[in-house]
Amino acid sequence: MRLTQGTFSFLPDLTDEQVEGQIQYCLNNGWSLGVEYTDDPHPRNSLWEMWNLPMFDVLDPKAIMHEVNACREAFPNHYIKVTANNSTRGRETVALSFIVHRPAHEPGFRLDRQEAAGRTVRYTIHSYATDRPSGARYERE
Amino acid sequence: MESLTGAPSGEQGDVDVGAALRQALIDETLRELDAELVGLKPVKLRIRQIAALLLVERLREQAGLSAEPPSLHMCFTGNPGTGKTTVALRMAKILHRLEYVRKGHLVVATRDDLVGQYVGHTAPKTKEVLQRAIGGVLFIDEAYYLYRAENERDYGQEAIEILLQFMENRRDDLVVILAGYKDKMDRFFQSNPGLHSRIAHHIDFPDYTLEELMEIAELMIRQQMYAFDDESRQAFREYLDLRVRQAHFANARSVRNAIDRMRLRQAVRLVEQGGRIPKGELARIDAADVRQSRVFQGGPEGEAPAGNGAAAVCASEAKDSI
Repeated sequence: MRLTQGTFSFLPDLTDEQVEGQIQYCLNNGWSLGVEYTDDPHPRNSLWEMWNLPMFDVLDPKAIMHEVNACREAFPNHYIKVTANNSTRGRETVALSFIVHRPAHEPGFRLDRQEAAGRTVRYTIHSYATDRPSGARYERE
Repeated sequence: MESLTGAPSGEQGDVDVGAALRQALIDETLRELDAELVGLKPVKLRIRQIAALLLVERLREQAGLSAEPPSLHMCFTGNPGTGKTTVALRMAKILHRLEYVRKGHLVVATRDDLVGQYVGHTAPKTKEVLQRAIGGVLFIDEAYYLYRAENERDYGQEAIEILLQFMENRRDDLVVILAGYKDKMDRFFQSNPGLHSRIAHHIDFPDYTLEELMEIAELMIRQQMYAFDDESRQAFREYLDLRVRQAHFANARSVRNAIDRMRLRQAVRLVEQGGRIPKGELARIDAADVRQSRVFQGGPEGEAPAGNGAAAVCASEAKDSI
């Protein structure tokens, strides 16, 4: 099941050229970009591991693309996203974030029901990927 | 343009170099350079060569003859005030016009920006500066300060190594220009031979001749909306002739300082004179404004004794002011 999180996630995967175009758009807006990765695809997990600090004062999208590619190389079986931070309000706020890399195989989620006090039923979703230890979740069997 | 895109690949067919030249605005760029920078023959020659190479490289690419992009890292050496920084600032613009760099911005860095304070601080600091410079030109002024021979635990070496790696592996991403005084740069390269060989263009900035210095003075005076009259022009030529032979002569920078001091003297003269004066007087530099300089009163007066370095020059320039 394809993970849909962040902008453009209902579109087909962006090509490198399109990613670069989006990065250029962010730079044109004066946003600073960072690269983040995770192998914990829960929808509520929006703060992923930072590949590096947001890159301030960069003018050329190629500089960001280089980091994206370096991250892809290091984590070929993780989700990788680019976040753009807008600082106009005096704090770095995420203005745009989109997935640029995903594992080859995404096993998806199941719905868990938990019976609680009375006749309450609590629902939770559970990623099949997280059944395996972090770091080995998307490796091929 | 059409003749370019329509150029057949391989060995048959013509390529219109003239059209490509016009399209790339190379002539215009070089003419601007000629108009705004006096002298500097070897520098202009090298820029012309680089421009031609990049143009031909592009034509070759269109003709299907691909080659590695040329390495354009440069090192500017020369005496103080010969225009190293000025040319470096322009280089970014020129290379952008020639489509060698993608963005054409200039990032100026000195030792402080690259070298960290403690272990592990240098690498991220250097990388951040390099990252900012991607797509443009990184200008490292007084690059020899990066390496301190007397302290072997200095972090400068680490910065140099990262710089080297970047210059080698990502040469299509940025151009690095090092600048500094000739003798110090030579010593710097002696201790870092790898750096020397990775820089393709070593450009030496020659000292200006008296004629060129006069031309620079005229240019500066005009830019600041002042004017020499015949007498003051002659006086200034004599001033330069004397000044050139004195210690701590810094070429164009000395000319600029001399002009600044002449403006001060002119202002004092006008204020003391009082009354009504024609508007033209506000722009005119009088011979007296030039001749009041200590340089005329028996040589090195107002100049610091040799060997005191830059601070002494500043002090003497200040002393010479009014």
